[in-house]
Amino acid sequence: MSRIVVGPFNRVEGDLEVSLELEAGRIQAAYVNSPLFRGFEQILVGRAPLDALAIVPRICGICSVAQSAAAATALADAMGVTPTPNGLLARHLIQATENMADHLTHFYLFFMPDFARPDYVDRPWHPAIAERFTAIKGSAAAEVLPARASFLRLMGFLAGRWPHTLAIQPGGSTRAITAGERIRLLALLREFRSFLERRLFGDALERIGQLASKAELLAWADGRAGDFPAFLKIAGDLGLERIGRADDRFLSHGAYGLFPAGTWQQGKTVAFAAARITEDTERAWLLADQPRHPATGETIVAADKADAYTWCKAPRYAGQAHEVGALARQVVAGNPLLLDLVQRDGGSVMARVVARLQELALLIPAMEGWVQALQPGESFCAQGVMPDEGSGVGLVEAARGSLGHWLTIRRGRIERYQIIAPTTWNFSPRDATNQEGPLEKALLGLAAGEGAPPTIQHVVRSFDPCMVCTVH
Amino acid sequence: MKVLWLQSGGCGGCTQSLLCSEPRSLFDELRDAGIEFVWHPALSQASGGEALAVLEACASGELAFDVLCVEGAMLRGPNGSGRFHLMAGNGRPLTEWVTRLAGQAKWVFAIGSCTAYGGFSANTPGNPLEACGLQYDEQTPGGLLGAGFRSAGGLPVVNIAGCPTHPGWIVESLQKLALEGMADTDLDELGRPLFYAGELVHHGCPRNEYYEFKASAEKQSDLGCLMENLGCKGTQAHADCNLRAWNGSGSCLRGGFACIACTEPGFESPGHAFQETPKVAGIPIGLPSDMPKAWFVALAALSKSATPKRVRDNAVVDHLVFRPAIKKKGGGK
Repeated sequence: MSRIVVGPFNRVEGDLEVSLELEAGRIQAAYVNSPLFRGFEQILVGRAPLDALAIVPRICGICSVAQSAAAATALADAMGVTPTPNGLLARHLIQATENMADHLTHFYLFFMPDFARPDYVDRPWHPAIAERFTAIKGSAAAEVLPARASFLRLMGFLAGRWPHTLAIQPGGSTRAITAGERIRLLALLREFRSFLERRLFGDALERIGQLASKAELLAWADGRAGDFPAFLKIAGDLGLERIGRADDRFLSHGAYGLFPAGTWQQGKTVAFAAARITEDTERAWLLADQPRHPATGETIVAADKADAYTWCKAPRYAGQAHEVGALARQVVAGNPLLLDLVQRDGGSVMARVVARLQELALLIPAMEGWVQALQPGESFCAQGVMPDEGSGVGLVEAARGSLGHWLTIRRGRIERYQIIAPTTWNFSPRDATNQEGPLEKALLGLAAGEGAPPTIQHVVRSFDPCMVCTVH
Repeated sequence: MKVLWLQSGGCGGCTQSLLCSEPRSLFDELRDAGIEFVWHPALSQASGGEALAVLEACASGELAFDVLCVEGAMLRGPNGSGRFHLMAGNGRPLTEWVTRLAGQAKWVFAIGSCTAYGGFSANTPGNPLEACGLQYDEQTPGGLLGAGFRSAGGLPVVNIAGCPTHPGWIVESLQKLALEGMADTDLDELGRPLFYAGELVHHGCPRNEYYEFKASAEKQSDLGCLMENLGCKGTQAHADCNLRAWNGSGSCLRGGFACIACTEPGFESPGHAFQETPKVAGIPIGLPSDMPKAWFVALAALSKSATPKRVRDNAVVDHLVFRPAIKKKGGGK
């Protein structure tokens, strides 16, 4: 048996290292290490509760709005405030803009460039893919960056700027949209739709949203021009539907009133109860303790702890590791295409990518509907009073999965603030029972080391990891 | 011009912001200015061992490069070991990598307020992360590289401060360097490029009429000036946020929320709640830059008494209820 350390994994958000134990060139065990510690939970302690809105977005530059939304939801919970209808629509729009921009960035800038590597030079699809997706220099980047920047102009109207906005408040949004701006928002969405339909899908978004089985998907893609069909061709050639499977246990906090919360395993969806979440610190460089619910969680550094290998805690639901992300969100929501993919082949590199891109096709039309539902002239922000003593929970979905904030307020200050980020779930280390995290499981059996194809790169990036959130 | 980029104790948001560069594709604009990335952690093809080989070649002086861009605070803890951030796949502290690379770079850019001054990482009570900026510990010169540091090009660290940075601040700094170089006279006292830090956020603020009449917002989403009650520091913060748009047409003020002075060292711990203005005897403590207090108080009292009803009433709602009057032309035409 040999051991290798792989890293840095670039084209992920933040820092990641994976230690692998190999037997005859195959992975027998994987240990996922987040080698950066940030300590935001301590930064929040002692601050005025609403300061969380200025602090938490700075946990993450790629999902800053999701962090803001989780904090605003937790604060609203503590205050007993409900956002106004316009405020809720504005928040949906801001969150969806970030999520969809993230899906686009992930596919074009982070994930696809791996297929342009010289390792695949003998594949028939390689010349076209290398021309289009080579990092920085490919033809896709030159088109995608302006499309992304133009799409993010929605944030200029709705949130002032992105990343790091303070527009999202417990009662809604600081930014009332005028009648004229409502028209601009719709025009920007149509511009982005046009890019997706021309370049990514080669078909109408509504048609992508209707694809309901693997067979339908492959028949639709056959011979079609577009970057998504091009990916499906590669996926078929490399067998990406058979690699990267974790435990096929999925969890979602639910999003936008479109995708319900729940957990899923072995064909069954079960209602989600936040009380069943715990975090284990056995293998993290943090003080070991009984697994705790985040409402009573602690984050105390123990940098010299033996047997620890990461700064990441191990979140568990009912004691089990769970995968989160677009695939989890869609499976829990009963999406027929993703359920079919998972029930045939399990959660895989291909299923995770398909889930993300189908979400793009589902969400952009929903966003067009939300813009039209805005009522200029009506309130965008409900007001409320912050209690001196209280607690709140904020459960939202970032692009890459379930994000939870738990806060306690004492004497008008934040007494405790605990965060579980999506990649904390997906890239969790082992826990006290030696149960592996989803990525650690997904890498087992794959070829690695000298001369191996870049398969593990695809698996790692298929989760769209955000390491800076992981080690908040 | 070759640019090497590293990330450490930060959120990656400055890179995400950089990708919003408009109107041209960032990569096209940089390429045509003769600027290329030797390596960038979020964008480059090379991963793992290939990436480490590039970094080692740069650090040892074998591979020449021009600009070292660092994004994120320097985490020197625990106990000076730098173990709060070790380079993945390599196990050496990022602080060591940055020190070595800064010794080879012609110019060193601190991308974002974390890198410049320490950021939120340096603001945990007691600073257990031992976080600092490249050449500052908050307001105090020093940091990882020391107050006396000069890169081979003869400049201190260029602090492209902001949380996040505007894409234009980075792209224009790089292009200026490629075109004609940079001198000490291009930077302010805190190492920030004057082309953006020579302005105040207040300049071009869309709420200027409310400011003129001290017609203040009272609650979140109100249209009025955010200085008196809601914590806005736009009249003191150095940046051109309201002269160049963010994301097409935005800015913090255009988004309806207070400027928290994210380009200034120490903005993370203002000593009061971010969204509230601290006052003594009803007068905000933080007055506009260069404004004598007595004059401010006198002018504020005068302008408040002169406030048109339209401005006063619009200040405390989230959409315009009173339109400006249309003047009737005289002369009976």
